[in-house]
Amino acid sequence: MKVLVPIKRVVDYNVKVRVKADNSGVELANVKMAMNPFCEIAVEEAVRLKEKGVVTEIVAVTVGSKAAQEQLRTAMALGADRAILIETEEDAQPLAIAKALKAIVEKEQPQLVILGKQAIDGDNSQTGQMLAALTGMGQGTFASEVSVEGDKVKVTREVDGGFQTVELKLPAVITTDLRLNEPRYASLPNIMKAKKKPLDTVSGADLGVDFAPRTKTLKVEAPAARSAGIKVASVEELVSKLKNEAKVI
Amino acid sequence: MGILVYAEHDNSTIKGATLNVVTAAAKIGGDITVLVAGKGCGAAAEAAAKIAGVSKVLVADNDAYSHQLAENVADLVAELGKGYSHILIPATTTGKNFAPRVAALLDAEQISEIITVESADTFKRPIYAGNAIATVQSSDSVKVITVRATGFDAAAAEGGSASVEAVDVAKDAGVSSFVSEELAKSDRPELTAAKIVISGGRGMQNGDNFEMLYKVADKLGAAVGASRAAVDAGFVPNDMQVGQTGKIVAPQLYIAVGISGAIQHLAGMKDSKVIVAINKDEEAPIFQVADYGLVADLFEAIPELDKQI
Repeated sequence: MKVLVPIKRVVDYNVKVRVKADNSGVELANVKMAMNPFCEIAVEEAVRLKEKGVVTEIVAVTVGSKAAQEQLRTAMALGADRAILIETEEDAQPLAIAKALKAIVEKEQPQLVILGKQAIDGDNSQTGQMLAALTGMGQGTFASEVSVEGDKVKVTREVDGGFQTVELKLPAVITTDLRLNEPRYASLPNIMKAKKKPLDTVSGADLGVDFAPRTKTLKVEAPAARSAGIKVASVEELVSKLKNEAKVI
Repeated sequence: MGILVYAEHDNSTIKGATLNVVTAAAKIGGDITVLVAGKGCGAAAEAAAKIAGVSKVLVADNDAYSHQLAENVADLVAELGKGYSHILIPATTTGKNFAPRVAALLDAEQISEIITVESADTFKRPIYAGNAIATVQSSDSVKVITVRATGFDAAAAEGGSASVEAVDVAKDAGVSSFVSEELAKSDRPELTAAKIVISGGRGMQNGDNFEMLYKVADKLGAAVGASRAAVDAGFVPNDMQVGQTGKIVAPQLYIAVGISGAIQHLAGMKDSKVIVAINKDEEAPIFQVADYGLVADLFEAIPELDKQI
């Protein structure tokens, strides 16, 4: 079976982002970019399913500028067989991304679509669910365990109270949570091999998708800073401060 | 047009987050209708009718909604939601699961996890793990929004007298089914509702050592949380994780024990009123957000704290 893995290029998770002085967004110039960590987990899961013999082909896809080819190459170095860049210069939002992915799903006919549960830039957590709705597929979000059984997939989900397991008819959409797996690192030979794997580019316009955001970002600000408090010397002093000064216990 | 609020509930009671969402709805302005979808959820619907500020309760009582399967719930909410200006959904794992489906079915761009209502079409929401706050304006005719509970006070659970009306749209999308669930049982308050939260990190070293935190928590009536490092290491289960991708908490008092303070953890707790950090590394970033910092070995400090409270 074929698996589609949509990924996203984001600011590296170790970077502490700064808001631009004109409040138009966050500073992205000269900032280290990387594949969204949840997307790495999605690629890893697809690769493990291939290693188990469940999956025969892994197609990585992303929506973004030419620069996002870098992350598609990373996905191929990790084990994806080929990649598709849906090119746009717009700041594409989840609904438009889901519409573009729907067009790819219709063309590629994957049995599974595995995505990260959220991207760490916009923190939206929408794309997988939206794609599932637009294609009429079932969804297993925030997955911590995935097992394909015949024409169904069982997904254990991390929910507020613990875990929930659902069974979905294939084709289905899965979004990955943190503990689904621990992604591998790309080896140097695989990085070299990935350079020769096929990477197709299609324009968003060719797919008939308008990527212009409908939700306008009016401004982006730094959060109210929390001033560092005081150091206390002992547990006794701490308890006294909490009782008498903060009055919280 | 009115606002449709989706209630989080366990069929018999309304979950706390729903009350915060009702407050967000009141700030937008307009008649508030609460939708209770479940199986055997009459008691929850009665409870919803008592929430102050709610004018109508819709009940969809059907097998299709018994386990809040996203495919079925989203179809229902999208169908009913067409007649409203806003659909507000708690940003819990249940809400986050089905809300984007609703938005896509209505061809709307969802606005995730709002923390402030500026006007009926303009909202504030955190991005980049809370390191930036975006003010966004929606032009969609039906606005699909998830609400972060910590951004809004809870509406009064009593005092309202809304009418209760059954809806008979019920449809199983037929693509998913519930298999099982494994829910943590605890006598302590829920993390997201507790007035005091005490959390442990990698410094706790193992799951057994969390017993020390449980003892302190029980004296304080606190909930116990954990950093991602402690959950990944298998010390405690995932439902205890506080952070960007875990639970977002904003209690009166947050005590971080053996937690270094990665930005992903801070994203989940930095709106707490008072923050205490206990860590033996005085350079730990957690001290930069702590009101009271104690540089100490937690294995000495926690038993001492236990004695003194």
